[in-house]
Amino acid sequence: MSTRTVLSQADIARALTRIAHEVLESNRGPEGLVVLGIPTRGVVLAERMAATLSSISGVDVPVGALDVTMYRDDIRRHPTRTPQRTSLPPGGVDGATVVLVDDVLYSGRTIRAALDALGDHGRPRAVRLAVLVDRGHRELPIRADFVGKNLPTSTSERIYVRLDGVDDEELVAIEGGADS
Amino acid sequence: MRHLLSTADLSRAQAIRVLDVAEDMADVATREVRKLPTLRGTTVVNLFYEDSTRTRISFEAAAKRLSADVINFAAKGSSVSKGESLKDTAQTLAAMGADGIVLRHPASGAPRVLADSGWVDAGVVNAGDGTHEHPTQALLDAFTMRRRVHGAGSRGRDLDGLRVLVVGDVLHSRVARSNAWLLRTLGATVTVVAPPTLLPVDVSRLGVDVRYDLDEAVAEVRPDVVMMLRIQQERMHEAAFPNPREYARLWGLGAERFRRLPPHTLVMHPGPMNRGLEIGDLAADSPRSTVREQVANGVSVRMAVLYLVLAGDREDPS
Repeated sequence: MSTRTVLSQADIARALTRIAHEVLESNRGPEGLVVLGIPTRGVVLAERMAATLSSISGVDVPVGALDVTMYRDDIRRHPTRTPQRTSLPPGGVDGATVVLVDDVLYSGRTIRAALDALGDHGRPRAVRLAVLVDRGHRELPIRADFVGKNLPTSTSERIYVRLDGVDDEELVAIEGGADS
Repeated sequence: MRHLLSTADLSRAQAIRVLDVAEDMADVATREVRKLPTLRGTTVVNLFYEDSTRTRISFEAAAKRLSADVINFAAKGSSVSKGESLKDTAQTLAAMGADGIVLRHPASGAPRVLADSGWVDAGVVNAGDGTHEHPTQALLDAFTMRRRVHGAGSRGRDLDGLRVLVVGDVLHSRVARSNAWLLRTLGATVTVVAPPTLLPVDVSRLGVDVRYDLDEAVAEVRPDVVMMLRIQQERMHEAAFPNPREYARLWGLGAERFRRLPPHTLVMHPGPMNRGLEIGDLAADSPRSTVREQVANGVSVRMAVLYLVLAGDREDPS
């Protein structure tokens, strides 16, 4: 099994900053933005992105966490997972432009669950999706609006995202694959 | 968790996991849509061989908030009164597709028999068996204490150092037994106070301190929590104390005794209360009483239990 680093700490920081600029550009400013991370590593990314959005725009952008465990369609195929905390900003999500943040976009099923979960918390004006890595192999008609890096992969490969705050290192790596 | 039969089976980490999931479930009650899709397509049967409107409604509300289908089976007026055995009733329910069975039974140990017998594949949740255990009540009591003590920072915490006084009919109380085991696992010290006639013979196995004089116990233990147990008149076939007035005077939490409690002490009662017997109006209606919170928390805790028992792969539970 070979492991190859595809994004370094600096690459991750640059990608997040670029995505923050793109979010502000497409939203024409910070008004109505709410950034929600999907646990575990999406929350870390969301907090960093919200901080960047706030420092670029000079307006505090609210940030929170949206757990999707209870909404997964594969819940009965795995041992029971312990849900993680959902915490929405005090203003809620009604009428907001919600930017969902996750580390890796793969089948799209997590995002499907997140959209269902979000709908139970209120009615956002719009929902956007930002991911650090898009590795392809979608199983549902879902796409990301903002992508840190497109990584074409084979399904036999594994993508590892390690982030300061959750792990003791920071990088994105690919492991394995039939050809290695 | 494949079943929930006894709090004695729970490790500290497992108990905290249940309480933490219950915190997430409590958050659901504050949302715009107070329902989760998690147990959609799952059937939960409330199989109640004893009357218990509160516990049954609480489990029903919990299952419905998780989108499970609920079938209520009360033994009275059913095939059970025609002599059907627990085995046949359970297998009938399983044949109808029950994924979870919430069992209340007058015989101690009935849920364990149902879970271990191999009669059914369903997850079994003990909702009170005889004078043995009532684990979800103990979990909701612990959840209520943890929330009052640690507030918003409850997640991941135990009850280390908490002093709990359990007062009254320990002999017939499954609530007392389940609480004694769970609270000890979570690091609290438990003292039971009761007339000697209302203590079990094997009281040492509960791992608690035993006292007979309530005023003395309050003065010396300085409890953080006083849990008043219901005098279960339906289970008292013998005279355990001379008369209700004497019981209320010596072991009840009347106005006078309530005023003498330390100012921070919480008053708990599993309900339904016998006002004027084990608890007075002043204590029951004070802001330090958690009686109504316990009912609300009961739904959250039972959601957590149903989630942990039923949501995952039942062949490979963790």
